[in-house]
Amino acid sequence: MTAQPTSAQIDTILSTAERLRWEIGADFHDHLMEAIYTDAAKIADRAVSYPEKPPRFDLDRTIDRLVTSRLWGFPLMLGLLMVVFWLTISGANYPSQFLAWLLLDNGHPLLKTLAADINLPWWLSGLLIDGVYLSTAWVVSVMLPPMAIFFPLFTLLEDFGYLPRVAFNLDNVFKKVGAHGKQALSMSMGFGCNAAGVVATRIIDSPRERLIAIITNNFSLCNGRWPTQILVATIFIGGLVSAQWAGLISALAVVGVAVLGVFFSFAVSWGLSRTILKGEVSTFSLELPPYRPPRVWQTIYTSVIDRTLIVLWRAVVFAAPAGAVIWLISNITINHISIAEYLIGWMNPFGLLIGLNGIVLLAYIVAIPANEIVIPTILMLTTLVLGTGGAGRGVLFETQSLGDTATLLQAGGWTLLTAVNLMLFSLVHNPCSTTIYTIYKETGSLRWTTISALLPVVMGFALTFFVAQVWRLFL
Amino acid sequence: MSNRNTGKKSATPCETCPSHNIGNLKKLGINMDDWDYVVALAGNPNTGKSTIFNAITGLHQHTGNWPGKTVTRAEGGFEYGGNRYKIVDLPGTYSLLSTSLDEEVARDFILFGQPDVTVIVTDATRLERNLNLVLQVLEITNRVVVALNLMDEARRHNLTVDERRLARDLGVPVVPTAARSGDGIPELLQAIHEVASGKVVGKPHRIQSEPPALKRAVAELATEIEKAFPGLPNARWVALRLLDGDQRIIEAVKRGELGDLSYGSTEQTNTIELSPEVVV
Repeated sequence: MTAQPTSAQIDTILSTAERLRWEIGADFHDHLMEAIYTDAAKIADRAVSYPEKPPRFDLDRTIDRLVTSRLWGFPLMLGLLMVVFWLTISGANYPSQFLAWLLLDNGHPLLKTLAADINLPWWLSGLLIDGVYLSTAWVVSVMLPPMAIFFPLFTLLEDFGYLPRVAFNLDNVFKKVGAHGKQALSMSMGFGCNAAGVVATRIIDSPRERLIAIITNNFSLCNGRWPTQILVATIFIGGLVSAQWAGLISALAVVGVAVLGVFFSFAVSWGLSRTILKGEVSTFSLELPPYRPPRVWQTIYTSVIDRTLIVLWRAVVFAAPAGAVIWLISNITINHISIAEYLIGWMNPFGLLIGLNGIVLLAYIVAIPANEIVIPTILMLTTLVLGTGGAGRGVLFETQSLGDTATLLQAGGWTLLTAVNLMLFSLVHNPCSTTIYTIYKETGSLRWTTISALLPVVMGFALTFFVAQVWRLFL
Repeated sequence: MSNRNTGKKSATPCETCPSHNIGNLKKLGINMDDWDYVVALAGNPNTGKSTIFNAITGLHQHTGNWPGKTVTRAEGGFEYGGNRYKIVDLPGTYSLLSTSLDEEVARDFILFGQPDVTVIVTDATRLERNLNLVLQVLEITNRVVVALNLMDEARRHNLTVDERRLARDLGVPVVPTAARSGDGIPELLQAIHEVASGKVVGKPHRIQSEPPALKRAVAELATEIEKAFPGLPNARWVALRLLDGDQRIIEAVKRGELGDLSYGSTEQTNTIELSPEVVV
């Protein structure tokens, strides 16, 4: 385009710049910024006219004073969280039952009959229909309804402008534990998906604080783990009280676990910032944007299409091969004992030591690609070990009411301790493989990726071991 | 950093476009294989860039009411007035002199991505602070459209913004919008189209309030730069960056690559740049 400058011309430019830089002094940058600000103020002043009198009642201010107040800020936060989960838990029940009826009670036998009609070999029909189809259908019927309720509610809060207020409330705590206040935002995103939360840490400037935010993001209970929490809480903890309180108590238990996760976030940030990630806390300014009335229908549409279906698709993609794996390890036998039973037998002593069992541990190994399939895997493996159901080895039984699930798990030796520890371990264990990969991409370091993956597992074992010992001592 | 759009520019400039085409927005989603112009969406955090992006492309880029929601670059396409546009949604940034990763994505694209039009989305209720970025971008390029967004909120707070006055002071088109309800989007598209096709040529505001000593230094250096790189539209900005000791720009000058920073905004360079690609 333009003629190339000669090297003499370039030298002139650089030397002139060098000389002028000395002449004008070191405060050039400040002078320039000041000049920009002055110009901006002048132009804005000429273009904008403000109302004569400020309105007597400013709704935004009033809401802000309430949600960020020292007294009401935290209770309101917990209250909102409770309402969201209560709506999710009690609202998801009916659509879940309907989907289970459609896909499991009716869809599965229909497919089996079809397979028999076209003379599909038993192992192929077992692998595809009992393995792949059943686990996929289970994931859809259990996960779709709560996600379709939870995501829109969360997005509505986000659209409204509540998240920066949460960050504002938590800023002080984060500062005290040596982390960045904006970690509150990436943590909130982690409640949807940890991989997204890890990417969201890009808003944090300092590499040290960003690493803290990445490592601790896993303590935000992600959507893959909500269904596990909700299901176990509903069966074992909601089951402790009478029916009219069950929903509320289960919601309380789930919120308790989520809050515990936030607490771990703080604790681990504190530990990291005092050991391997020492440093100063950086200051920052965070805008509290105005409240904006959320566009309800659009939010529901986009969060169902974009978030729910994408997450569901991911779960299905991972559940299908996992279903196949479970079916295979349940049906390939050595000396008439399946591989799954060998594995469970080996892991059982350690599992029982930490208040879980071999089935849960095997399920967590199978579910490394996606946390969503932990519960279906546990159910399939329990059926296998108990040898009930009659539908075949490693086949998810077909009646899927909560009562049946409870009966099955109790037959598999589950107690309240198993349930509590499963909820805890689901909160504190390694991130899913997608998140681990995202951490590697964002940090570009094997070391930090390994730390992020292993630290929570070790913590999870320690925590469940501790709870199991205390439980057995006192209860 | 690369020349994203060279080789893709249309051979037919828009002066020859039939005027009846104008007004037909075709949302192309992510289908943007062949584009005539590249549009960058820049602006402070949480001013509604992604909402405007969605309204124009028909995509569903996540939006949220908090600063920092967009941390990566999203791209989409649309067709308007017979031209195909690629539009790039950038993370919000308060300044072009910043350091965090998300803001760097935005800065690099405005500086080195050579967009044909940079749309700066501003928050009408916080105009003064938003203008800081606008003034910095105006030092780099005159191919700018300012979207005065969140007009609905400004009205709610009884603020009135005189957009004509603002356009006169800034020297580039200013379009009031309320992207959430789609108000002003057609006008914004028209303005983008006019700047992209060269029908409207901005005479951007230059920073004026710097101390006299500084002003002289900038002028002296800018003259030298213009001698070496004739036709460079933003010699003043390069001078500012050199005086600030910006390593990236110093390197670019050393390698004689400063021409890459030019936006080809003068008709002269534009035709020269286009001529090898005339196909039809």
